Amino acid sequence: MAGIPHDHYEPTTGAEKWLNRRLPIIGLLYDTLMIPTPKNLNWMWIWGIVLTFCLVLQIATGVVLAMHYTPHVSLAFASVEHIMRDVNGGFMLRYVHANGASLFFFAVYMHIFRGLYYGSYKTPREVTWIVGMLIYLLMMGTAFMGYVLPWGQMSFWGATVITGLFGAIPGIGEPIQTWLLGGPAVDNATLNRFFSLHYLLPFVIAALVAVHIWAFHTTGNNNPTGVEVRRTSKQEAEKDTVPFWPYYVIKDLFALALILAVFFAIVGFMPNYLGHPDNYIEANPLATPAHIVPEWYFLPFYAILRAFTGDVWIVQLVQFVTFGIVDAKFFGVLAMFGAIAVMALAPWLDTSSVRSGKYRPMFKWWFWLLAIDFVVLMWVGAQPAEGIYTWISLIAATYWFVYFLVILPLLGVIEKPLVQPATIEDDFKAHYGTPAE
Amino acid sequence: MLRKIALGAALLMAIAASPALAAGEAGHTEDVSFNFEGPFGTYDRHQLQRGLQVWTEVCSACHGMKFVPIRSLADEGGPQLPEDQVRAYAAQFDIFDPALDDTRARTPNDMFPSSSMPNAPDLSLMAKARAGFHGPYGTGLSQLFNGIGGPEHIHAILTGYTGETKDEAGNTFYENHAFSTGWIAMPPPLSDGQVEFADGSPNDLDHMAMDVAAFLMWAAEPHMMARKQAGFVAVIFLGVFSVLLYLTNKRLWAGVKGKKKHA
Repeated sequence: MAGIPHDHYEPTTGAEKWLNRRLPIIGLLYDTLMIPTPKNLNWMWIWGIVLTFCLVLQIATGVVLAMHYTPHVSLAFASVEHIMRDVNGGFMLRYVHANGASLFFFAVYMHIFRGLYYGSYKTPREVTWIVGMLIYLLMMGTAFMGYVLPWGQMSFWGATVITGLFGAIPGIGEPIQTWLLGGPAVDNATLNRFFSLHYLLPFVIAALVAVHIWAFHTTGNNNPTGVEVRRTSKQEAEKDTVPFWPYYVIKDLFALALILAVFFAIVGFMPNYLGHPDNYIEANPLATPAHIVPEWYFLPFYAILRAFTGDVWIVQLVQFVTFGIVDAKFFGVLAMFGAIAVMALAPWLDTSSVRSGKYRPMFKWWFWLLAIDFVVLMWVGAQPAEGIYTWISLIAATYWFVYFLVILPLLGVIEKPLVQPATIEDDFKAHYGTPAE
Repeated sequence: MLRKIALGAALLMAIAASPALAAGEAGHTEDVSFNFEGPFGTYDRHQLQRGLQVWTEVCSACHGMKFVPIRSLADEGGPQLPEDQVRAYAAQFDIFDPALDDTRARTPNDMFPSSSMPNAPDLSLMAKARAGFHGPYGTGLSQLFNGIGGPEHIHAILTGYTGETKDEAGNTFYENHAFSTGWIAMPPPLSDGQVEFADGSPNDLDHMAMDVAAFLMWAAEPHMMARKQAGFVAVIFLGVFSVLLYLTNKRLWAGVKGKKKHA
């Protein structure tokens, strides 16, 4: 592999040599753990470990919860209450699992915006980025289906609204929706398949995480300067890097412990803060809640979905041009998926040769505007779609697309980047000086 | 700099993310102070017992609590009635037993009865199924500081009647400024002195509403005290652990980093 040159595992004892000839697993683990990592990584590089931990946490708690849960429309809600009341430590399992999803998404957003700022998606890391986007999509699917399982009011109506999106696809939409639901409406068949898939998809995610790690272990990590590790010789590479173990393992564990302290404060003292009270009411197909709102981590894309209403000129134009095939509802669905698609295409939309936003004076401002835009979308997604909110969401949703489709391609042409450090070693020394030997 | 911005972004995200949109503004819930609020708050066993009495004598006429096992009345951190009292308490409710093909008296292992009136909601989770506070400006910050406010909402409903009534399509509605639409189908259930407490605790409307709201909070979240305790153990452990990891990390990197030029 064309990785960064470093020491490889050499079996020494007889048993190790025996195993290594047959299955070089120790070497694989050694190379993974001892991978040379740029020594100038900042605190935004801790989220990968947090995310890996989240996946393990969700699978571990989820497997135990599944032992006590019953996926049936007349028993699901009661079985969750059984977990909360009768199962030993069940209330902690469930609250950790429910809030664990929030930690998972918080971390993934930090991770994605880290990548967007430091240009981690740029060549040669496009595959890492694309795999990451696939993981993110699967996470959304998994979280959505997980939220349906307690069979509360928001579970039921959220499922109705979101699967209804597929019904907006012209022609084939309704058959697709029926196929997803297993019937004409959200019912027992829906609950059963959502439970099955909610159990399956995390393992697909785990496999993709392995691919994600494999990909960036091949290219090497990006770093805050965006300057590549020198790899002409091992000696030179060692000046730019430290081995992952123990340097980053300990650093990441420290960050993880701190984050988990906050996490367990939320689980212990305000576990329902991020949830919706309506989900403590058993699902009732005959009573629609006043406001149907997705979980907080879906709000930005939910806002984009609702932003393009029938009175927006571009929607009317598209509807006219396509002879009404793309109506306002379908346009909204396309916009929502498009918002993620343009983000996934960032490696090819960004024309700048400079990787890190640190050395891009104009890019910086547009990036932070995007970050604020994301928060605004999240906020407006929770507001009723009326009055001033429709304008705010339209402007915010438009900026999301403008950033990826107009600003990223243009900036590479018009922006004059700052001088980058020649090597990671230089950057590191500028911050910390030379170590006392 | 970047860290500060990231922190700011995180904070903003937390605010934007707050469980937006509890219902409209129609109902107003006054914040009252309960014993069980905050990280150190615990249920007051005697208050839960009084609340149970109010629930049994008043609420249970129409409302049920079908998710709450009667045996949990004896659990630690709840009303903690003695076993024999729980058995006697259970026996006052009948249940149809398919094995006997007949009704029998409930035992502690049965649930509380279901609602006897079809439009009286089950109260098992009422204290978690309503948000008392949401604001200001849809940010949900008041929930961050005051909690979700379910028990406050129950207290506000019970004390929020104005005495006005109106008839609509053959149904009577009672004006209640805590209810989301301002008019509620439930007649005023509680009034001053309606329930006599054996220990002579105050039995005006306000006190009884507090007691029954606290009881319903327990019914909705019976393991709250165990949960907070687990929270403390986790936070203290992780706090100490992160200090140790911080020191380890500092020591570890000292050899790689030189003297810091600037902080």
